[in-house]
Amino acid sequence: MIDDATVRHVARLARLRLSDAEEQVMREELSGILAHIDAIQAMDLDGVEPTTHVVELENVLRADVPRPSLPRDEALREARNTVDGEFAVPRMD
Amino acid sequence: MNLRDLSAVQQIEEIRAGRVSSLDLVDAHLAAIAHDDVEAFLAVDADGARSRARAIDAMPERPPLAGVPIAVKDALSTRDIVTTSGSKMLEGFRPVYTATCVARLEAAGAVVVGKTNMDEFAMGSSTENSAYKNTLNPWDHTRVPGGSSGGSAAAVSARQVPWSLGSDTGGSIRQPAALCGIVGMKPTYGAISRYGLIAFASSLDQVGPLARTVADAALLLKYVVGHDPMDSTSLHWPTPIEVPTATDLTGLRIGVVEELMGQGIDPGIRAVVDDALVQAEGLGATIVPVSLPTSLSGLATYYVLAPAECSANLARFDGIRYGPSADADTLLDQYEVTRGTLFGAEVKRRIMLGTFALASGYYDQYYGRAQRVRTLIVREFARAFAHVDVLASPTSPTVAFPIGDRTADPYSMYLADVCTIPASLAGLPALSIPCGMAEGLPVGLQLAGPAFSENRLLDVAHALEQAIAFDTRPPGLPQ
Amino acid sequence: MSDLEPVIGVEIHVQLSTRTKMFCGCEPSFGDAPNTHTCPVCLAHPGVLPVVNEEAIRRAIIIGHALGCDIAPRSIFHRKNYFYPDLPKAYQISQFDIPICGRGSFTALREDGSELVVGITRVHLEEDAAKLTHAGVGGRRVGADGSVVDFNRGGTPLVEIVTEPDLRSASDTATFLRQLRQTLLFLGVSDCSMEEGSMRADANVSVRPVGSQALGVKTELKNMNSFRFLERGVEAEIARQREVIGSGGDITQETVHYEPDTGHITSLRSKEESHDYRYFPEPDLVPVVPDRAWVDELRASLPELPIPLRRRLVGEMGLSVEDAEVITQSPQLVAYFMDAAGQADPKLCANWIRGELRAQLRDIGQEPWQSKVTPTHIAQIVGLVADGTVSVPAAKEVLAGVIETGDDPAALVQAKGLAQISDEGELAAIIGAIVDAHPEQAQQLREGQNKVIGFFVGQAMKQSGGRADPQAVQRLVRKVVLGE
Repeated sequence: MIDDATVRHVARLARLRLSDAEEQVMREELSGILAHIDAIQAMDLDGVEPTTHVVELENVLRADVPRPSLPRDEALREARNTVDGEFAVPRMD
Repeated sequence: MNLRDLSAVQQIEEIRAGRVSSLDLVDAHLAAIAHDDVEAFLAVDADGARSRARAIDAMPERPPLAGVPIAVKDALSTRDIVTTSGSKMLEGFRPVYTATCVARLEAAGAVVVGKTNMDEFAMGSSTENSAYKNTLNPWDHTRVPGGSSGGSAAAVSARQVPWSLGSDTGGSIRQPAALCGIVGMKPTYGAISRYGLIAFASSLDQVGPLARTVADAALLLKYVVGHDPMDSTSLHWPTPIEVPTATDLTGLRIGVVEELMGQGIDPGIRAVVDDALVQAEGLGATIVPVSLPTSLSGLATYYVLAPAECSANLARFDGIRYGPSADADTLLDQYEVTRGTLFGAEVKRRIMLGTFALASGYYDQYYGRAQRVRTLIVREFARAFAHVDVLASPTSPTVAFPIGDRTADPYSMYLADVCTIPASLAGLPALSIPCGMAEGLPVGLQLAGPAFSENRLLDVAHALEQAIAFDTRPPGLPQ
Repeated sequence: MSDLEPVIGVEIHVQLSTRTKMFCGCEPSFGDAPNTHTCPVCLAHPGVLPVVNEEAIRRAIIIGHALGCDIAPRSIFHRKNYFYPDLPKAYQISQFDIPICGRGSFTALREDGSELVVGITRVHLEEDAAKLTHAGVGGRRVGADGSVVDFNRGGTPLVEIVTEPDLRSASDTATFLRQLRQTLLFLGVSDCSMEEGSMRADANVSVRPVGSQALGVKTELKNMNSFRFLERGVEAEIARQREVIGSGGDITQETVHYEPDTGHITSLRSKEESHDYRYFPEPDLVPVVPDRAWVDELRASLPELPIPLRRRLVGEMGLSVEDAEVITQSPQLVAYFMDAAGQADPKLCANWIRGELRAQLRDIGQEPWQSKVTPTHIAQIVGLVADGTVSVPAAKEVLAGVIETGDDPAALVQAKGLAQISDEGELAAIIGAIVDAHPEQAQQLREGQNKVIGFFVGQAMKQSGGRADPQAVQRLVRKVVLGE
């Protein structure tokens, strides 16, 4: 139902490192789940609008008035790698 | 009389009458938590709780909730109490802010004693997906408490707290409440602020109360509902939540969902739910069979929409700004290894499923179609509520199942949500009350209503609760 | 090769100068210490939610009106999903198929006065990414040791303006961008600084045979931080594409970079190129449905925009193109000028405002409307010169006095004794004395060195304390020396 190449492609899109074994298991499990989900393929949905929100709100806006920002030490507190007040990330290839 | 067997309403009364202080009450619960043999808690903040209790005891005028203890699902952000959402991805994470709903309860005088165990990132129906430990069902320690708010349900059932906050996306409050023999409610979508609720599926997630009585659930709800400027999807609540008093159901039309009383539901459960409906008739209600055929597509719809939204909501977890991080030489490793090792299997499965459903070439077929089926389900409920006032069904197709029974086949676990998912998709309020026993384990009755019908729903549930008189105390629970 | 015409479209990102970010209450910043303008929302902490800045909506609609766009009766936000360290949620909240503004058009003026009409495809709102800095040589991406992220900028409101591929030259592209920028500055919606990054422009460039309607393969030229470099970059890319096709090759769709120092175009093609953004409607935000009366009010409240105004100033009021360009730089300057031009000759007012007034005020760091010089003062100075009361040099002194004191120009002329010497006799006496004192220069003048007139004028101005009319001086010198 869903092939290896697709599993690898999706895993890359989702930034998940899967071992070969995990890829296999994932392929089987996803195929199984998709088989059940495919029930919706058969339904007649002509002319039916999609629902994004079940709550009927519009124009929820915020006044352009500043609120205090976090003190810098709090903004950085939970990060494992920081350098001179900035968040550090490894090199891009 | 054991204080911890009292309802929250009764505990508040005890404090106001001066028969117990908040500190003593909190201490009594902390002692029970310390002997926690159901593993309900991930974190206990005894010092913070005592200090808060003392402060409330010292106030000239007690706030409404008087200093009664409460447990909070670890999906909710609590400033400076480690919050993990049941995941290794947030191991040791101390939030820099507190969720609005928790802050409101604290302002009303509730004392947060700790954070409860849950399926990782709220994905699961048994709490077995927690990255830390299993929680045990207080009725039978070899069985699951349900999920994803399993810890919140078990803690209440085991009388470690009188009430707790959970979250419900496809049934994660109602189903564990049913399996643990207590009351659990998911309100109308938008009723309670989601600011501070670690997101799973944004258009489905809601916070809600778990308690041993309907009146307690109502009281908790009362202090958390209402518009929050930090949540654009939160509603201005039209009428205050009232603590229910109804004892009579004359004139009430209860629709029984045919599709949820057939095969796929354990016979023992159907029988108990039928008995509860007979009780309702005895109180004056009319029972009407209702067919909601599209709700059967709810499971498939939910398992496209929820994973799709979660795949985006969980993309922020990369170890860069918070949480543990893999040792990575390259940015790609930073993302892929951190996420590959710190997310559990179910979370990865759903992220993959969701990413797939949104991917180019698949969107129309999966996400696009699922959104349209959702519209049909919303309409179907609306049509039903033109003829009935509340809809009734079992909350769960089975009683609590043994730990480990369903972990091999993901889809078998998903089936646990078949009764609860439709109301989530439609954003409608629904609650579960214990209505009897099957195979020696609690059975939950689910009642759902139109949007904003919380007060009526609570009244109906209260009346039934009084008539059924279910004993919420698990046998063998230590005093 | 010369049969190939360039086809260019531009995507402009404009940072709105609102007081808070797009979805949270942090103040946007430029140049402050890193990570001092952040909160759980713009850091994408677990559990946070966005809330739309109403001023960003207002400004986007204003921009839409200025570009003649349809304002969508209902628009929604979408999530645009991709992983990059400057994007903390790993999705950007943007707009996809239902943007806040639809089709419009912008008319620019070329230097020769001809019109350049550029179609606008859409205008939408989104949030800016954070600032990613690469360690390593030259700050470039490939080969860096690592990177650091400053989230101060993250979440700043951005308006993205997309044009139709209507531009046909690098110079037109630059003209369009400069005048678009002036229009946006005029509206006060953004600081529009290419250098600071509050305005960014990417050009999509392709070529096709003249007369063809089909579009060629386009490349995207990004990260130019000045209009000058962008123009040169577009030129270079057009040349490159012409050469590739001319020698039988094909254009690859890719992102390219122009290196100003070398003039070279390099490819930035990477695996990251083809993103699957997996757009889906943002569930945390509800639709924006602007009230129609409010939308109409905003349209009516637009000032006369600088480009059409330029045309009117040149065509109807006789200003030079350069005058018009300067005067239309800000609404305040336009108002100032219009006030003066209502009281005295517009062209002369423009000269004074654009030239001497701004030059003198620059020294004290004031704008005309902030100074003590009112538009009426300008009109009065124009009048005093026109009716011969003061010479131009004397008028400049008068202006300096008004800047300092705010007094009436006429009063200052009296007080400083700057009235032009109009008595021919008095003037003749001064000039006679000068000519006598400088026989050498007089002889040079007789010999035809007309430039030496300037010397006599200078001397006369000195002797008269600036009160001599230079024209009259010239006339009299020629009369005395040459007998004209």
